[in-house]
Amino acid sequence: MARDRTPAGLVGAAPEAPFEITFDRRTLTALPGQTIAAALWSAGVLAWRTTRRDGRPSGVFCGIGQCYDCLATINDLPNRRACLVPARPGDVITTQEGHGHAELSV
Amino acid sequence: MPNSPSDEATDDRYSALYDLAVIGAGCAGLAGAVAASERGLSVALLDAAGQIGGQFYRHPAPPLGAVRPQALHHDWSLFAGLRRRLEASDIVHLAGHHVWTVVREGEGEWAVHAVTAADGTGERPARVRARTVLLATGAYERHLPFPGWTLPGVVAAGGAQAMLKSGLVLPGRRVVVAGSGPLLLAVAASLSAAGARVPAVVEASGYTGYARRPGVLAANPHKLMEAVIHATGLVRRGVRLRTRSAVTQVHGTDRVEAVTVSRIDRDWRPLPGTGRRIACDALAVGHGLVPQVELATSLGCATRRTEDGTYALALDALQETSVRGLWAAGETGGIGGADLARTEGELAGIAVAARTRGRPELARGGRVRELQRRRDGMRDFADAMAAVHAPGSGWVHWLDDATDVCRCEEVSAGAIREALADYGARDARTVKLLTRAGMGWCQGRMCGAAVACLAAGAGAESAPASPERRPLAVPVPLGVLGSLEPSEPTATPTGPSGQPDAAGPDEPGRPVDGRTRPSTAGPCKPAD
Ligand SMILES: Cc1cc2nc3c(=O)[nH]c(=O)nc-3n(C[C@H](O)[C@H](O)[C@H](O)COP(=O)(O)OP(=O)(O)OC[C@H]3O[C@@H](n4cnc5c(N)ncnc54)[C@H](O)[C@@H]3O)c2cc1C
Ligand code: FES
Repeated sequence: MARDRTPAGLVGAAPEAPFEITFDRRTLTALPGQTIAAALWSAGVLAWRTTRRDGRPSGVFCGIGQCYDCLATINDLPNRRACLVPARPGDVITTQEGHGHAELSV
Repeated sequence: MPNSPSDEATDDRYSALYDLAVIGAGCAGLAGAVAASERGLSVALLDAAGQIGGQFYRHPAPPLGAVRPQALHHDWSLFAGLRRRLEASDIVHLAGHHVWTVVREGEGEWAVHAVTAADGTGERPARVRARTVLLATGAYERHLPFPGWTLPGVVAAGGAQAMLKSGLVLPGRRVVVAGSGPLLLAVAASLSAAGARVPAVVEASGYTGYARRPGVLAANPHKLMEAVIHATGLVRRGVRLRTRSAVTQVHGTDRVEAVTVSRIDRDWRPLPGTGRRIACDALAVGHGLVPQVELATSLGCATRRTEDGTYALALDALQETSVRGLWAAGETGGIGGADLARTEGELAGIAVAARTRGRPELARGGRVRELQRRRDGMRDFADAMAAVHAPGSGWVHWLDDATDVCRCEEVSAGAIREALADYGARDARTVKLLTRAGMGWCQGRMCGAAVACLAAGAGAESAPASPERRPLAVPVPLGVLGSLEPSEPTATPTGPSGQPDAAGPDEPGRPVDGRTRPSTAGPCKPAD
């Protein structure tokens, strides 16, 4: 049954101990080896940025670091691509409004 | 394998002059690197990612403890074999190195410039010098906009695949897969194997197109498709394939709640009154792949137009580009999949060894002929597939004026149509300058194909000029640009035409192969 299958089950994952991160003051659980975007997706969060002109919500689109839709403010640093940045214990992610007031990072 | 990224610009991994620098550690780059190394060459292998594998063999980082990563891949053992050979070699693997330009340093020497760090903080410039370069940078997805495509929960098809393969996550529980091309079936198969319900795979082309290529493809396209669908387990999991259909609207306020799927005609024009709503909480969508060739085209490498309107590098029988000393393999030479990439990578590795070691007989052996035979067969198949899935021009009819075409700069279809109709823009590049479409962070990767189609549809010349000649393969912080020695950025690598590579970021496409280089993302197929 579809309901019983999970990605972790499929590949027989036995991850190292999970840890906590926060997203807009909410505590979420992340697995070591996941990116910030993957940790947010597993908590059902799909958007963590509002666009600069229309303020519409945005999250992962390309999933591989090319579209820059997934920019987030991570530990006070804005404009980081959540689909590339590995999650670390205690990371603080906040929804990035507009351009996040900083130079774009590579 | 001397490994592990280090920021030490002084370490000897950066001072050596390598026989070969390979850019990209996917199937093509890996196969090329080990083939060259096993023939005695010194090899540096650079990749932006922290792990080898590229798009196809993307896999979870070790702490996720995946015991059966092969459950998400065909032919995992082939990858495992390449990885073993890499580990046994003295190839210098430079992970986390994002290459942004390659410049000629004199006769028979190239400098590959990269920035380190996965994202953001602490990036440093790194330079690797090599006698030859193998470009194995793969592809990116082609996207066509439609109403609602910016809603959270709409993700790229390959992107959903990548997030699943690396992070073991799904964008939702009920995921419609849509767009065009064989990748959709692979994505639907993995999503459903990983527990998502996939109510439909919505394919814009008709698979009957395969029947027009009986010499290359199976004589009976339905049989072929059945075989594919069964092999991927889609039927067993209740996934329906709807051909000649497209998602023409996404519904929801803060995230996807449903999509409307409409029937479309042969030119991809939606048929009125055929829309049906399908409830879902995510949509994975993509319209084929585009070769990632900026590093090569900025060095003057000639391109060829593929059957679905994209531009791939033009290569000789031994995978060399039109610029001597620069080789290419895998998707950079045209979309063709993992098997072809591996075959071409090995071929290129052998050819580079033959050249740099002055042993031409290496390139004439039985192995080379065998690889060439396999490559030619797979290339023919890939070209036929590209023709079947080439976007029809009618897709623009599902695009309303309010929909953003450029996601970065939030430029709507209406604004682009206005630039074309009212301001007399005649090509994608002018549209870009007037509207900023394609000038954002992604440098037109997401909207390039759509803008080119809109411009072509409005009566522009048949081959629109380049909407963006991305001078850098990645956005680079100013500090890193400044760190280049002054002579380097202005070095004048000469292309096949002997023209110096002097065009700036917004210069019109420089002549390549005697003609202006159009957008590599390509316009759509004209209506027939
Ligand atoms: C998002 C995505 C998902 C895909 N998923 C599948 C799938 O599930 N099944 C399938 O059959 N095919 C898939 N494909 C098609 C895939 O391209 C081929 O199957 C295969 O991976 C091609 O191998 P390659 O070696 O040519 O390129 P890739 O495997 O794409 O390898 C290219 C490598 O180059 C690196 N690179 C690119 N640019 C730079 C740079 N400037 N600096 C440093 N490194 C760079 C990349 O990080 C990557 O590791 C996918 C393609 C994409 C874009
Ligand atoms: S999702 Fe595209 S850059 Fe992260």
